[in-house]
Order: sequence, then structure tokens, then C-alpha cells
Amino acid sequence: MADQVTTRDSWVRQNLFLGMSFGDYVKSHITPFNIIALIICIVGIPVMVYRIIYGLGASTNLTDTNPWGIWIGFDMMTGVALAAGGFVMGTAVHLFGMKEYRPLVRPAILTGFLGYMFAVIGLMFDLGRYYRLPYPMFVQLGVSSILFLVAWHVALYLSAQFVEWCPAIFEWLNMKKFRKWFIRLTIGATVFGVILSTLHQSALGSLFLLMPSKLHPLWYSSLIPVFFFVSAIAAGITMTIVESMLSHRVFKEQVPKMAMDHHQFDRLTMGLGKAAALVLITYFCLKVVGVAHDANWHLLGTKYGTWWLVEVIGFVLIPAFLFALGVRNGSVKLIRFTAIVTVLGIALNRVNQSIICFNWNAAEQYYPHWMEVVITITIITIGLLTFRWIVNRMPILYDHPDYDIDH
Amino acid sequence: MGLDRRGFLRHLSGIGGAAVLGSTTKAFARKEMPGYPDRYGVLVDLTVCIGCRKCEWACNEEKKLPNRPIQEFDDKSVFDTVRRNHATTYTVVNRFANSKTPEKPVYVKKQCMHCDEPACASACPVKAFEKTSTGAVVHDPSVCIGCRYCMAACPFDIPAYEYDDAFTPEVTKCDYCFSRIQKAGTKPACVQYCPVDAMTFGKRSDMVELAHDRIQLNPDKYVHHVYGEREVGGTDWIFLSPVPFDEVGFRTDLGTTPLPEHTRGFLSMVSVVLVAWPALCMGFYSFAKRREELVQAESQTKKEG
Repeated sequence: MADQVTTRDSWVRQNLFLGMSFGDYVKSHITPFNIIALIICIVGIPVMVYRIIYGLGASTNLTDTNPWGIWIGFDMMTGVALAAGGFVMGTAVHLFGMKEYRPLVRPAILTGFLGYMFAVIGLMFDLGRYYRLPYPMFVQLGVSSILFLVAWHVALYLSAQFVEWCPAIFEWLNMKKFRKWFIRLTIGATVFGVILSTLHQSALGSLFLLMPSKLHPLWYSSLIPVFFFVSAIAAGITMTIVESMLSHRVFKEQVPKMAMDHHQFDRLTMGLGKAAALVLITYFCLKVVGVAHDANWHLLGTKYGTWWLVEVIGFVLIPAFLFALGVRNGSVKLIRFTAIVTVLGIALNRVNQSIICFNWNAAEQYYPHWMEVVITITIITIGLLTFRWIVNRMPILYDHPDYDIDH
Repeated sequence: MGLDRRGFLRHLSGIGGAAVLGSTTKAFARKEMPGYPDRYGVLVDLTVCIGCRKCEWACNEEKKLPNRPIQEFDDKSVFDTVRRNHATTYTVVNRFANSKTPEKPVYVKKQCMHCDEPACASACPVKAFEKTSTGAVVHDPSVCIGCRYCMAACPFDIPAYEYDDAFTPEVTKCDYCFSRIQKAGTKPACVQYCPVDAMTFGKRSDMVELAHDRIQLNPDKYVHHVYGEREVGGTDWIFLSPVPFDEVGFRTDLGTTPLPEHTRGFLSMVSVVLVAWPALCMGFYSFAKRREELVQAESQTKKEG
């Protein structure tokens, strides 16, 4: 009996408290980052409760004319785009056979899974009747709606990414049989994920196809689905660069265990930089084709035109050149810096698309309420904490010594 | 006889085109949607309206919205700002300056236009909106999840939201007095109570004819345009105005294409992706796997050799 207690105790200690006693575990967590995170949660969680109890009117600046704010424009639109790394890396390694990138797949899939999950959590605060979230799936199906498509695909894709993440969970829990089952599902889940990602990344953009009169003409184009899809690939690649760079700093103690050494890591970053340059140049050309297609050249001289040029030249064309330059000169530093710029650029695009250039001609302008901002920051913080909690326990950044990763 | 060969090829090229461009191609051009033949229409003649706002009062009464005594609707100060409908007001009257006869301002009633191909219905992920055969676009709050895509999608900014209701907020809008117009001979409340007959209710096709007749009989009185006849594919509420419509709060840049048309190209691409992507993916996979096997076999022979 006593034996059993000790085994259970040590399991908890080993798996949950990283081999420390509870007291040591708590003590080890008193760091500046954690203190900031704690303050954010102390402020943010009551604000979340406030939103639930008092409703959207009391906690947001949303109006009948501006029904969508940053919870859609930033949390959902940007969150999903930046979470594209999972499908991009999964495709490269599992389908295209670019095996050398394998060490980057698991972190990318985890980033993707959590990105989607927290985007959906953000959505729960935005929906007037969040408790009816499954209605588009099971109660009444609005098959001609693009949002119906988004709902289904995001839900299915979350499941596909969960399946791809499962082997790591079962390695952590040391459940060999379950792990084997899920490893077998990897290719299927990857293919499924590619289809779903293609469709819902472009579908998120296609939501705006219905609103030609609301969106500024420089951002409205029949090519929006293609813009969103191609820029999501760029976001997936650059987020993988940024995330792996941060992981190497934050999880220093795991670096020696990783399947790649310092040189290989730099070489992979280089390869991703090269891919990013190509995707960004493609994206830039498509954006120009979009303007040409609708003959909107004259609008480039306006105030919104300048803003469009800032987005497309400053955050697409210049990064594309910087990536190319970084690859040519072998500067990993430049590649990493440019990746950060690109990630910010994609976020800017999504916010432009859904907030800044939406209702551009309406008399009533939208600015987020402070509670909207606080809830967004809180969700991101909890997302980061969840990521760290998992990476500290499961074999995400390194290969579990007991398992052959390829089989 | 079904599809002939040329038709089939044209169809295929349409799918290909849609897949590449994500836009509607000619092959997918929609069949003319005539709409429900017996749907009702309302012709609003802005030269007649006197801005008494009795329609607002009648609407509040009929739809059991918070109302005020009818005398208070004579208050002209509300015209100082341009108003829109909200969760508890389904219709509002606004005042605009008259560029032709400045002493006679133009009063414009705003309510749901009841589009023939409504963007709100196309947007809704739970099919809460329905275009009924009477012409009314009605909303069923019992399935609404509160995504507010209908509000973002509506070109006339009509659906409103009960933002102040924390737990059971609903999308609200004018429903054409659906329960009234279903019964033969009953008009919507606002039309019924209008003291000057600024609105005429009847078959939409008759209302369009009536509008053109009025323009023809009084060519100097009206601008020669029936707003809503073709806008976004046609609306069942149509308007006549003494001055250009963009001067009195109407958007004249909406075009005549029904808004759901803009999404059709993308929706038709979905099935293409569903069919083509797995094949492409597995193709790449087999290709990469084969290459890897060859490399392995080669290194094996090298070792042995």
C-alpha cells in the first residue's frame, strides 16, 4: 500500500513537477517572466469573467456598424495564420520527404495546435452565444456560408493536429501501444491537414468576398483566398524560424538533447529563409496582380494607398530581399530578424483586412476597448504558458531516447 | 440528353479556372434567378414623406419594442444626426438637405431592404436567415450563435445586435411584418399607418412598374432611377427620390451583382481541393519515398561493393 503511494507520488513528481518537490517546483518558477505572466492573469481572468457576466456591450467597443473587433481581426485571423507552421513543416517533412527538417516538426505542430486552440478560445469570448459553438456542425448547417466552412475545417484541423501531437503525449506517458497507433496515423493526418489548411486559410480571407462595399478596394480582390493561403505559408515558415529561435533561448537546458547541433540548426534556418524569400516574392507578385486586375493603380496615391505600400513593400517585398540577402551572405542573424518582421507584417495584413481597412468609409470608427486588449493579451499569455508547460515535459524539442522517431 | 462533349469540356475548364483563380468564370455564370414570382414589394416615394415618423411608432407597437407616446415622435431634434436602426428600433427616418428645392428637405425611411439574394443569409453559418416566398427575409434566433457575420456582410447595415444582453443576445431586424403580410390584404404596420401614403405595398413586379410610371408621368419631379430595382441583384423595398440617391444617404456604389455571387467561385473550388489535394499529396509522398528507397539501395550496394 505504502509502496503504491510512493510510486504514484514519484510519477507526479517526475511528470508534473519536473522531478522536483512541490516546494522547489514553485520556487524555481519565481522569474521575471512568470511574475509578469501572473500579473497579466490576475488582471485578465477577472476581465474574462466580467465579459461573461456583463456581456459584449459592457466589455467591448463593438457596435451595430462595427460588429467585428480585435477578437476576430487579431486573435482569430492572425492567430490562425501564424499557426500555419504545423501544416507547412508537416508537409515538407512527411510528404515531400525533406527529412533533415524533422527536428522542427514537433514544435511547429505544437505551436499550430495551441495557436488554433487559443484562437478558438478567443472566439468564445467574441461569440454572443458561445455555448452554441457546435451548432454549425450539428444543429443547423448553413452549407452555403463560408463561415460554415471555416467552422468545420478549423474543428477538423484541430483534431488532425491533435492526432499529430499524440505520439509525443504517449511517449511522455510511456504508453508504447497508443503511440504506435498514432504514429501510423501521421501520414493520413498530414494529408488531411494539408487539405483542411488550404481550405480554411483561404476561407478566412474569403469571408470578406461578401463585403465589396465595406472593404477598401485595395484590400478587396477576388484573389483574397489566394492571398490568405500564400501569406499563411509565409507565416508558417517565418513563425517556425521565430519559434525555434526563441525555444533555443528559453529551453537552453534541452539544447544538448536535441537531434540537431548548432550548425544544423543554423543550416535549417537558412533553408527556411530561402523558402520564405520565394513565398514572399510570390505573394508580392500576387498582390500586384490583384491591384492590376481591378485597375486600382490610381488609389495608390491616396492615404490608404500609402498604407497599402507600407504593408506590401515594407513587410513583404523588403523582407523577401532581406531573406535572399541573408541566404547569400550566410547571415542567420539577418534571417531571424527578417522572420520577425515578416510575422509582424502578416499580423498587420490581417488587422488591415478585418479592422483598419474594413468600414473605411463609415462615419463610425472602431477602436478596441481596453478589456478587449486585456483579454487578448491574457489569452496569448496563457497560450505561452501552456506551450512551456508541455515543452518542459514532453519530447517536443528533442527525440525521446526510448523511441525511434521514424517508425 | 445531358451534357454534350463541348459542354462537358467547358464545364471542366470552368472548374480548372476556378481552382486557379478562385473567382467565378463564365462557365459558372449563374442561371438567371427570377426570385419568388409573387413576392411583395414596397415602393417608398421620398417626394411624399413628410418626416412625421409615425412609421417608427407603428413599428415599435407592432413588434412590441420599447415605445413612447405618439406625440413625442413630432420631435424634430432627432433629425440633427443621421440615425441607423438598432436592436430595439427596426426602422428610422432621417432628414437630408434637398439640393433641388432647399425649403423642402428629403426624409428617408431606413429598414431592411429584403434583398432578393440576401448577403446575410449567405453569410450565416447556421442558416438562421430565410428568404420567404412573400419576399420577407426572416431571422430565426433559436439557432443563432452570435458570430455577427450577417451584420458585417449586410451592404445596408441593417442587422443589429443586443450587445447589452449578456446571455441570450439576438440579432434583430425588420422582418417585413412577416406575420401580417402572410395574410392576404394586410400591409406591414409602417405602410398601414403612414398618414400621407408615402409607401405603396403590393406585388413587387407591380411596384417596379408603378415606380417607372411615376417617373414617366413626372420626369422633372424624380431622378430617373428606381433604387433597389437592380442594386445587389434587386431588393423588395424600392425607392423614388427627387434628388440623386447618394445625396440622401443611399450607397450608389453597390453594383447590381448579388453579393453571394462573389463567394460562389471560392465555394466551387472547395470540392476541387477536396478531390485533387489528397491525390497530389500522396503523389508527392510516393515520389519522396521512392527516392529515399533508391538512395538507401544505392548506399547498400556501395557498402557491399
